[in-house]
Amino acid sequence: MALYSEKVMDHFRNPRNVGVIEDADGIGEVGNAKCGDIMKIYLKIENDIIVDVKFETFGCGSAIASSSMATELIKGKPLSEALTLTNKAVVEALDGLPTHKIHCSVLAEEAIKLALKDYYEKNGIDYDRSQFPSCESCDHCCGH
Amino acid sequence: MIYLDNAATTKMSETAIKAMFSAVNEVYGNPSSLHSVGQKAAEALQNARETIAGLIGAKPNEITFTSGGSEADNQAIISAARLGEKKGKKHIISTAFEHHAVLHTLNRLEKQGFEITLLDVGEKGLITADQVEKAIRPDTCLVTVMYANNEIGTIQPIAEIGAVCREKGVTFHTDAVQAAGHIKLNVTEQNIDMLSISAHKFHGPKGVGVLYAKRGIALTNLIDGGAQERGKRAGTEDVPAIIGMAAAFKEACENIENDSLKVRALRDRLISGISKIPHSILNGDPTQRLDGNVNFCFEGIEGESLLLLLDDKGICASSGSACTSGSLDPSHVLLAIGRVHDIAHGSLRLSLSAENTEEEIDYTIKAVREVVEYLRSISPIWRDLVSGKKEFVIKEA
Ligand SMILES: Cc1ncc(COP(=O)(O)O)c(C=O)c1O
Repeated sequence: MALYSEKVMDHFRNPRNVGVIEDADGIGEVGNAKCGDIMKIYLKIENDIIVDVKFETFGCGSAIASSSMATELIKGKPLSEALTLTNKAVVEALDGLPTHKIHCSVLAEEAIKLALKDYYEKNGIDYDRSQFPSCESCDHCCGH
Repeated sequence: MIYLDNAATTKMSETAIKAMFSAVNEVYGNPSSLHSVGQKAAEALQNARETIAGLIGAKPNEITFTSGGSEADNQAIISAARLGEKKGKKHIISTAFEHHAVLHTLNRLEKQGFEITLLDVGEKGLITADQVEKAIRPDTCLVTVMYANNEIGTIQPIAEIGAVCREKGVTFHTDAVQAAGHIKLNVTEQNIDMLSISAHKFHGPKGVGVLYAKRGIALTNLIDGGAQERGKRAGTEDVPAIIGMAAAFKEACENIENDSLKVRALRDRLISGISKIPHSILNGDPTQRLDGNVNFCFEGIEGESLLLLLDDKGICASSGSACTSGSLDPSHVLLAIGRVHDIAHGSLRLSLSAENTEEEIDYTIKAVREVVEYLRSISPIWRDLVSGKKEFVIKEA
């Protein structure tokens, strides 16, 4: 199908980092079933480095591909770098997404940020709140 | 490739292709021309009209050729509304799960001051003549109820609804796009005043259809211009497509009984195989449905990824998930039968034709099972359901 780029189809067909981390240091879940997509990201963190990352996704092809690509982009990276991951970077790495699927990449960015926030909060680490948009600011939600 | 999307469109039959090709080659005249080449086309057009009229129990001059099912639906509804308006009747009855060609036309009329009653189709996707009778008011000008639903395949009691409308003196239209060529139609016996047909749903060409309107029902033009179609639909006729449609329709109607037995057996085999997947549910009535329609919801997965993975396995299917509809909401049909959003996103429609085989069906059952299992294995919702954190919507019997 020509709906998606080959990169998207590759990450959809052979998603990287699928699964769960039982003793995760940070977990982030975004989306809702009513809208048709949910992403859950699990992080394993050692010395401020993301040593492992896994995801589970309920959603369309681009949601699965976005999760896969986003996890690839932060794996082995320092937290400071993971924090700067944008949905744009995910879209670019996937060689583009159809306009009406851009929100899938936003979900991936948010899931990662939420997992990082979870890690900071669990460990009592102070963090810059401005880097984490509040959920009310999402404009991609499906409006239910 | 295993083609299981015949409700979206069908492959043209050899008979239709041959009829259409020879028409393209030989019947190139304009049916409105007086010379012999034009008159040959006029004659071919008339033959097609007579063939189609005969197959639905109508008269040739009650047949209007259109660009397909959508145009036929639009013209039927607009015409009945304009006739009603003249008598001060501005109430229309329909159902919540009609095709958008009907629903969007009704929306437009609503903005023009019409009142629309959409009947509840219940969990099985069926309405009764009694519901229609109760909804009819002195100012009702039209009842429009689809013959068979394009997503879940349920077949409505059309003759009974027609009888109620006839008794109450209300015009009755049915969108028979999914039924034509698959179920025997007779507008006279079934008390149908107007009926829409589309050729590409019964192995005919795309972009051509029929509006049947009983004698005495004045049609409103959607396209103004020349005097084609008794002045009710302007534009030089697509003669080859119309000839292809007539050939396909004749063939489909002649084979209804045989094809029906074969396709129904395949359908029931497919339904029984897919039903074994845990937390799946058949949408629509198990027996009051089109021979070729299978539609399921699977809990914990989303339809678009299901379709893409089935396509990888060589299976063409369709889904009512929001992602495939291009809108934010899942199918209005699934919502109308009471499926909640979460479940409606995980729907799969497989629509068969007489060309499918048992081997294809068995392969499909296996493929669907594998893909559903895989997608569940990566779904956070499924994990929550299995661990008991969330409650299943589709319970196991
Ligand atoms: C029930 C129903 N009505 C109307 C239509 C529209 O027909 P067409 O594609 O010929 O405009 C379709 C098919 O898409 C249909 O399934």
